[in-house]
Amino acid sequence: MSYILLRHRDIPDLNKFNVYKKNGGLAAFKNAVTKMKPTEVTDVVKNSGLRGRGGAGFPTGMKWSFIDNKNWPHYVVANADESEPGTFKDREIMESNPFQFLEGLALASYAVGATVAYVYLRGEFWELAAFLDEKIAEMENAGYLGDKLFGTEYSLKIYTHLGAGAYICGEETALLESLEGKRGQPRVRPPFPPSFGLYGKPTIINNVETFTNVPMILANGAEWYKAIGTQDSPGVKIFSLSGRVRKPGNYELPFGTTFRQLIYEHAGGVQEGRPVKAIMPAGASSSLIVVDDKVLDTPMDYASVRTVGAELGSASIIVLDDTVNIQWVVNKTVHFFKHESCGKCTPCREGTYWMQNITHRLNDGHASTGDVDLLLNVAKQMQGKCLCALGDFATTAVTTGIERFPQDFKKAVKA
Amino acid sequence: MSLEKIYPKEVKQILSKYPPEGKRSAVMPLLFLAQREEGYINKAAMQDIANILDITETDVAAVVGFYTLYHEKKAGKYYMQICTDLPCALRGADEFMNSLCGNLGIKVGETTPDGTITLEAVTCLAACDKAPMFQTQGPDGIKYHENMTVDRTMELINTLKHADKEIK
Repeated sequence: MSYILLRHRDIPDLNKFNVYKKNGGLAAFKNAVTKMKPTEVTDVVKNSGLRGRGGAGFPTGMKWSFIDNKNWPHYVVANADESEPGTFKDREIMESNPFQFLEGLALASYAVGATVAYVYLRGEFWELAAFLDEKIAEMENAGYLGDKLFGTEYSLKIYTHLGAGAYICGEETALLESLEGKRGQPRVRPPFPPSFGLYGKPTIINNVETFTNVPMILANGAEWYKAIGTQDSPGVKIFSLSGRVRKPGNYELPFGTTFRQLIYEHAGGVQEGRPVKAIMPAGASSSLIVVDDKVLDTPMDYASVRTVGAELGSASIIVLDDTVNIQWVVNKTVHFFKHESCGKCTPCREGTYWMQNITHRLNDGHASTGDVDLLLNVAKQMQGKCLCALGDFATTAVTTGIERFPQDFKKAVKA
Repeated sequence: MSLEKIYPKEVKQILSKYPPEGKRSAVMPLLFLAQREEGYINKAAMQDIANILDITETDVAAVVGFYTLYHEKKAGKYYMQICTDLPCALRGADEFMNSLCGNLGIKVGETTPDGTITLEAVTCLAACDKAPMFQTQGPDGIKYHENMTVDRTMELINTLKHADKEIK
């Protein structure tokens, strides 16, 4: 099957404007603006079954249809804050197939009547932001962005905006706060961004990968898209595969591909031919799955991954082999969340601090007998008590690690 | 010093991205601009940005303190920020960091005696399949260095040490 998102792997130089255009690029956007009503664009996306690729898997067309049409102007924001440990797909898209992403962003903007769209990139994507600025300028020069596009009344400008190093800004309301020039701390919801978003105006926020699907859906139709993947999770997904595999990297595959197919058929298996001990399918936020044959044969789609005790999230698959100590893994994830907690909600701010004290003791061999129970206790007290998901995510590897791999924690206490 | 005097074109271009009611959005790009010359943001620069955007100095300081890519103290000419998060650590990032510390004779968080490099351990940089990796943050912006070895990193440091003349 040819690529739908990572099309640069089939078509050389796709990040050049003329090459993108020669391969059918921007025709969907021009067609939509000149021949379709905005709601018709939303309907096609809705019918395709496309779900958000940032982690939550919310139906994209439905999100767009929630835009409040009594309050104007509207904004569209691309979440290019890619920061989940194990995720590196949006970067490849923006570097190598930037126009398809920007066209998707433009289509979404037209669908919800936004005349300004922002791309919020994590601050580390400094060079990438400058590169996207060039691509945006090329689209403007060719008449695909700017005032009164294609002789219609529709105008659109796209701007990049760099963050400055904060994982929390991937959470959509924290991202909006950051884009407004404040500290990136999540807002109380509701109201949700489609009614109260950027500068208090109705705003649609989607992940880079989500937008990148849209031009292909508009060009080929909702039925074409729905025929790929599974009924619950239509289409393709980019799986960012990392950890102890022979060939880590991004793999664009239909939803429903099994863990075994991804790891063994596509990524050449595990280093040194060792067995897989655990999988984290959603980056550092993920539950740890105990791996057996049944797990390896589980299809990777939103519903199926749930049956083995985890979420698919942004599909950043971290593979752990039998040499990896889960207590060490948990120390790493806790360290990450302690560093990235924004400090707004007490359970997360204090909980990650105390969890880190304990995981450090365990990792350094200074733990006492009650420490594992104490760690589990702190983690459970944090759950469900924070404004955003970070508070819960900080505990997922901790609780599933202790409950599913108790022997690795017992060893740490004895030593 | 005033940013509007030193970088009139850049300031104007930054402000043009946001609607009048969203002027404050320019605080982050202006802070990057203020940091360009010295590698850190001083109090005068914060006051200057506050004036440009009609917000308080506290508002600006709150942003500076929140985000890791803004620095309030002078450090090495370049930050070398090595990802030691889980996926990178599974591909040897901790060992890479230790060897580098040994080679440079400094600990994580310290600066080389000649002031070229401040070594930091950072969280995920979205390059998990290309570890060991790090970014350098310096006068010429932020750059990624992937699939690195200690030898190649030492070569890079040597280049950066002698790059003073070429970088404005």
